[in-house]
This record gives sequence, structure tokens and C-alpha cells, in this order.
Amino acid sequence: MDPRFDANTETIDEYLLRHERKQLLRFLTCGSVDDGKSTLIGRLLHDTKAIYEDQLAAVEGASKKYGTQAGQADLALLVDGLRSEREQGITIDVAYRYFSTEHRKFIVADTPGHEQYTRNMATGASTCDLAVLLVDARHGVSVQTRRHCVITSLLGIPKIIVAINKMDIVDWDQSVYDRIKADFEAFSEKLPSREQVFVPMSALHGDYVAEGSEKAPWYDGPCLLELLETMDIGSNEQDTPFRLPVNHVIRPDLDFRGFGGRIESGIVRPGDRVTVLPAGTESTVSRISTFDGDLEIAGAPRSVAIVLDDEIDASRGDMIVALKDQPTVADRVTADLVWMHEDPLQPGREFILRHGTRVTPCRVRRIAHRLDIDTLETVPCDGLGLNEIGRVELETDVPLVFDPYERVRGTGSLILIDRIGNWTMAAGMIRGKSSDLRWTAAPLSGADRHGDEGLVTLEEREKRFGQKPATILLTGLAGSGKTRIALMLERALFDLGRVAIRFDGTTMRQGLNRDLGFSAEDRSENLRRAMETAKLVNDEGIICVAAFVAPRSTTREKAADLVGPDRFLVVHCNAPLEHCRSLDPTGLYADAEARSLEGIPGISFDYETPENPDLSLPSHQIDPEESVNRILALMNERGFLR
Amino acid sequence: MTVVRDQLSHLQSLEAESIDIIREVAASFQRPVMMYSIGKDSSVMLHLARKAFHPGPIPFPMLHVDTTWKFREMIAFRDRTAKELGLDLIVHSNPDGVAQGMSPFVHGSRVYTDVMKTQALKQALSAGRFDCAIGGARRDEEKSRAKERIFSFRDRNHRWDPKTQRPELWNLWNTRIGPGESVRSFPLSNWTELDVWTYIHLEKIDVVPLYLAAKRPVVERDGVLIMVDDDRIPLEAGETPEMKSVRFRTLGCYPLSGAVESEAATLAEVITEMLVARSSERQGRVIDHDGDGSMEDKKKEGYF
Repeated sequence: MDPRFDANTETIDEYLLRHERKQLLRFLTCGSVDDGKSTLIGRLLHDTKAIYEDQLAAVEGASKKYGTQAGQADLALLVDGLRSEREQGITIDVAYRYFSTEHRKFIVADTPGHEQYTRNMATGASTCDLAVLLVDARHGVSVQTRRHCVITSLLGIPKIIVAINKMDIVDWDQSVYDRIKADFEAFSEKLPSREQVFVPMSALHGDYVAEGSEKAPWYDGPCLLELLETMDIGSNEQDTPFRLPVNHVIRPDLDFRGFGGRIESGIVRPGDRVTVLPAGTESTVSRISTFDGDLEIAGAPRSVAIVLDDEIDASRGDMIVALKDQPTVADRVTADLVWMHEDPLQPGREFILRHGTRVTPCRVRRIAHRLDIDTLETVPCDGLGLNEIGRVELETDVPLVFDPYERVRGTGSLILIDRIGNWTMAAGMIRGKSSDLRWTAAPLSGADRHGDEGLVTLEEREKRFGQKPATILLTGLAGSGKTRIALMLERALFDLGRVAIRFDGTTMRQGLNRDLGFSAEDRSENLRRAMETAKLVNDEGIICVAAFVAPRSTTREKAADLVGPDRFLVVHCNAPLEHCRSLDPTGLYADAEARSLEGIPGISFDYETPENPDLSLPSHQIDPEESVNRILALMNERGFLR
Repeated sequence: MTVVRDQLSHLQSLEAESIDIIREVAASFQRPVMMYSIGKDSSVMLHLARKAFHPGPIPFPMLHVDTTWKFREMIAFRDRTAKELGLDLIVHSNPDGVAQGMSPFVHGSRVYTDVMKTQALKQALSAGRFDCAIGGARRDEEKSRAKERIFSFRDRNHRWDPKTQRPELWNLWNTRIGPGESVRSFPLSNWTELDVWTYIHLEKIDVVPLYLAAKRPVVERDGVLIMVDDDRIPLEAGETPEMKSVRFRTLGCYPLSGAVESEAATLAEVITEMLVARSSERQGRVIDHDGDGSMEDKKKEGYF
């Protein structure tokens, strides 16, 4: 039934064409139990005429049995499908509903409010473009409101409508609405920003649901349905690079080999250069084959069969990607997990991991932290319980081909499956390669933490060397003179009879770090390993001189924490960029300009000047000897040299 | 710079999702089978399966559970379709039910459905050792269907437990099962009745002519028009079949399928009628009205 069809004014073909071209919006409704989700959906279905008379009659019958609306049709019963739900008056599982208006077709995921069903809510959220979060005007922002707000944020839902419901019970009092709005904003401010709008509402009476109302003269915004119809859902899944996880290889005979799959991201055309990952084989798309004929262009989320120029091997689990913009390939990834099972997650446990069409054994190497949903703080933890959210490092048998979840949902999401019971244990959002996680990872627990006690104590070493160990981090732009100062400082210490070693990015990358590149992540890992080394060296009583760009203040703070803040000195070589560029001792800047290199600190991204360095050296104004003297003076003053 | 796009309509989005699900079944199960009920949803599903594996053949058999009470036109359509498309078609009827002369007129719709549909289906699935059965159910059909997963787990006895359904996130299907366990997969989950008809119309998919209005012999019982498809229907005293212009919104066993009076003899006319219809397609189904929650109970027992 569709009241928007009038046989007098258009033919059925015209109507169908119009209907067929509508945009599809998938949204979910969430909020605490009793906030009125089922009533709201019942109301939307009813008011958009998606309910047939026999269905309404069935609800009227059931209302007499279970209804809470004193004989009136309880619209919530339209959507609470399972008998135990109808009896308990709660929604325990995700239900999907369908309705359409003149402008859009909608798929609604109706998700449960009880805390124990957070996993179902995450399930509903995973495929949605928008969330409608209900808040009971009488109770305001609750723990569940915050929890659902965070989950929709973690799952990357780009838009949220906060519907402040049951306004009729608080007499449409504007101050109640304003207070809840302010409370919510104060909380959501701490999350990554997204479009967020508020609407006052009474789902029970239909005010501001499908139509405006006179009840809140102080509100001049649109009703909920108008928001759903007009909010921009311009899909960006075709803006990101081409990704096609191979689902099924179609090979009816020797002449045809099609890689069947659904495009998760981007567009593809015949002639495009592609790579099959993780193998890395390059090829060219020769055809995009479908039942309806070959296509000249295909974009996400279309299902196609790709035929390649070369006879290359690819099978289910592999990914065909744009050659010029490739995803990351790694067997250790950092992911945020929503834990969905009664048995808690323990580090070291093995699972079956599904990512794209890849299914591979994996292990949870460690749990970095749990997210406290009320405070949004990270908390150290030994495990994750049902409905808890935490950050983990995963190691897979087969390397994963991924993009960070915030970039491409389809190639950044994963699930963990129990090896024996086959239950879906967790949903995961990949944040990146795992190196970044290592800064904050908890040390090994229990007996593993302490190696055998050495027979020489740190005190004995300090006495013999005449020094207290310290790490001197020389930080500054490339060309600011760090390396020269480090070399001379090492010489000066040696001449004074002290024991010191020196290293910098180049020395680290020759051996220990030769697996690392120059991405922000790899730079961070490069410094982390250097600082782990410095820590070991300091533990043996030896002074460490480390020259690194270390452009991020957060990374420098992590380094200080790792080595120990009381024996960590930040020395900033503060020569400005123009000076460093004109000097350009290694030809880096010239090279960067000539080949438009990425990843040059100070050019591609900011060097964050240390706010409170232990020492700031105007290395463009004073000579290196003077710099060394100032560092030695500082070390003396702090009691590192005796 | 112009940004090049491949803008998909909502039907194209649904089609892409369904094809992906059907391919997933073929790739992850040892012995999949597609349920073929001869109805409009089955016709759409079959069409999507052909698309999913083009230019290759459909890599699994079709299974029709024949209650022996289907409309004759349905059986003729089934056999013609199987022949034309070269389908690997399995037809199964419950031999015990056939031996007992099971009839919806004699045994009532509840017992009849259990024996000739639910038990017959379980027999066929066990006999074929099928580990995944693809069905054409849609979430908009009935309330308990709205909560059905796209990959729905069944225990060794083909039973569905709504409380232990696996969470289903993104399109990362969990298709893993233990020995003897199975999965029911529903590629049309997100389609509505209107989507199905629109798709049939646009793609020119062949359907059983019973969906289109024609003069047919019917009798009226409890307000439902039942077609007299053969002489097994016991006519009551004074009851004579009347020729009326009728069509069917859903097709199943003729004694359990209510006809609607209609003049809509083309697909376009059927869709036009549907757009102004005041009642749901399942209204003509006798089986749903056995009691509040009856579909949920049947599903738990193993019904599709």
C-alpha cells in the first residue's frame, strides 16, 4: 500500500521508476530500555502507512493481552516480534523494519536497550549510516545513553539524531529539553566529531515524529521524519580507493576466470592497474563481467566478477586493490573489540578471525586497555567481559590486507569466532598496524617480569663509572645540528672518563629497525625501540645520547615514561626551518622538493616544539662546542656527573 | 574535476547484497542447496543465483518439498523452468505422510504443515546431508522473521533457538558449523514485497501465472476464497464452485492459499493493486493464524 501512488496522475511504470531511484538509508534506533524505541518505530510505520489493516488488527488484539496503553493499540507490539519480548515488554534482539516515503526507502535496525544486549546494538549499528538515540525526558542522559553514544561512535556511524522523547510527560518544558541537550553535548564533545542534531518528541502521541506539532512552540526545527528524509547521507564509499575481497572464483571453463566479489570501496574500470594482495601480483582489469553484460564502470557496493589480463592466481580471501593506493598488509594489528560473549577474553587466546573474505587463525597477543564508557578513559585490564570494549593486539597466521576502519569500514572490520563452539565472540575495528600499541602495552606479568638478578648492582656500576645513567634526547628538525652535537657530546663524555653510547635514527635503522619504513607509525615504532634500548643501557649504568627528530610531543612523553622521567632529558635544538633548509646538510630538503616526498617533518607535517624542554639550544646561533658545554653543565647540575 | 560515480538504486543495492550472500554460501559450504518453492520469491532467488555465477552454472541443486497439494500450474511451471535452465532439481515428499493420505482438509493445517512441510524438509535436508539451505524468506513478511539472521544457525535437529542466534556484523558472515549442524541462509532478507514485484517487473522474470488474475473455480470458506484445483477438495452439501476472476498474492498448497478477487491480469496491474491494497500478503495464508506467535513456534521446530 502506498498513499503516494495515484493511478489517475501517473502510470505504474512511472511510479516504479520513481520508487526504484529512491535513496536507501539504513538507520538504527537505540537508547535505554523504556525510552520508547519500539513505540517510535511503530509510530513511524503507522504514520508512513507501512502497516496493513490486518497487521493493525492483530496488534489491537494483542494489545488487550499485553498492551500497556489501556485498551488503545500499543504500537510497540507491531515491532516486538518474539513472544518472550512481547511478554516482558522489552526488545531482546535486533529487528529490521522497512518503510518508505516520497524521498527515501528506509531500513530500520531496532536494537535492544538493556545493558546485557549491547552486543545486539553493535550488530545493528554495524551496517547503519545514521543513529536515532532516544532519551527519556524524565530521566535525562543515562549510563545507557552514553554507552550507546560511544558504541555508535566506535562503529563509525557518521550522523546521530538525539530524540528527547516523552516530552508530553514533562509538559513540553523547554528547560528539561535544554538541560538534556547540554548534558549530552558535554559528553559527546569528548568523542570524534560528527553531525549531531536534537529533536523534542512524543512517540506515543506522534508529536514531532512524522509531522510537526504545536506542543513545543519554542522548537522551530524539523520533525524526526523530515530529518531522516533530508539529512545528507552522500555515501563516500566510492571516494576511497578500489578494494575487492575475492569471494568466489568463477571458472566454468578454461577460457573464463572471474574473481567474484563485492566492491567494498572505490570504483573500477577496465584498464585499471591493480594488485592482488597479500601476494603483491600486479595486473590490469580486462573486463567487469556481469549477467547483464560487461560494465564500463563499477563502484561500491556492487557485486561483480573481475577478469584480469594475466593468468594470475587469486583465491577466496585475497583482495584485489588499486595499484596506486594500496592498503596495509600486516600480521599484527591493533583493533578495538566489542566483546560479545559471557566467557571473558583472556590474552593469549586463539580464535578464528574473519576479515573481508579471509578466514584465518589468530591470537590475542595482549590487551592494551579497556575503555571506561562513563569517563571515556582507558583503564589497564587483564581481560574483557561481556559487552566491554577494549584495545587489543592481534596476530594472524595469514597477513591481513586492511585499511583503518575509519577510512574504509568494509576492509577495516573483523569478527572473532570461537574455535570450538563457532560462536561469534567479538566485533573488531582495525585501527592500524600494532606497533603504535606497543608504547602503552602492559609489561609481562608475574614471574616473566624479572629475569635473573645480576651479580653486579647498578650502584656498583654508578660508583665505578662516576655517573648516574641518563638518556639525553636531542630533538629538532632535520638539519638542526643534532647529530653533530651528539657526536661531540659522546666524545666529551669519553674524554671525561665517563661511559656513554650514542645512537640516532640512521644507526637504529641499519639493523634493529631495518623492517621499518617512514610512515608516522613506523617513525613512532623506530623511536620506541630506540628508547627501549636506551632503557636497557641506562639500567646497566651507562649514559645514552640519542639524536632523533621525534616531532610529536605525545611520542616524547611516551619515551620519557618508558625510560623513566627522572633520568630523561629533553634537549631541543631549536634552529628554525628556514635555517635548516638553507643548510640542508644531507640534501633531504632539496630531495623532498624535487621528488615531492611525503613524510618530511616540518614540511609534510608540523614539528611540535617541546613546551618545557630541559634545555633549549639555539643551535643555529651557537657553535656545537658551546652546545655540548651547556649540556654537560645541565648534567652536572642534575647530579648525573660526579 | 568531475567525480565519476556508479550510483546504485536501492534495488541494485539489494541485488548486490543478495548476490554476495549466494556466492558466500557456494564458497563456504560443502553441500549447499537452494530451496525452490516455485513462488515469486523463489523465482527472484533463482534469477539472482544465475547472476551470481554467470557465465558459469549454478553450483548447487534446487530442492522442492512437494506436499502433494500444490497447485497443478505450479508443478508444471517448476518442471518447465528446471528443464529450460538445466537445473539440478530434487523433489521430495514425506513418504509417511503420503502413505497416511495426509490432507489439510482432514488433518487440519497445523498437523498437515508439520508432517508435509516441516518433517518433509528435515528428511530431505538430512538425506542430502546439506549443510546450508538457502531460503527466500524476507524480514518484512512476519514479526518473528524480522529478527532472522541472514545466516541462521540450526542445531543437529534443524531447530532454531532465537536466544542463541549469533550476532551478525557488517557483511562478515560466520558460516562455521560443527558436524551435523546446518545453516539457513536468506539472501532476500532485506527485500520487501514491493521490491520483489518491482524487480520481477523490471528484470522480466517469469512467474507462475496464478499470480495474475483469471477466471478460476473457487469456493468461499470462513471468508477465504479457496480454488478448486482438483477433485480432492471435499465439497460440502450445496457448495458449488463459482468461476471468479481471482489471483494469488502468495502461493503454496492450494487448500491453504486464499485467492483475492482481482482483474489484474498483468504484472503492472498487480503492482498497481498492491499499491492500494489495505491488507498484507500473508493474510491469505491460513497457517499464520493458528495463534499468536505461531510462526515463531514453527520456526523453532524446523519450519523455514
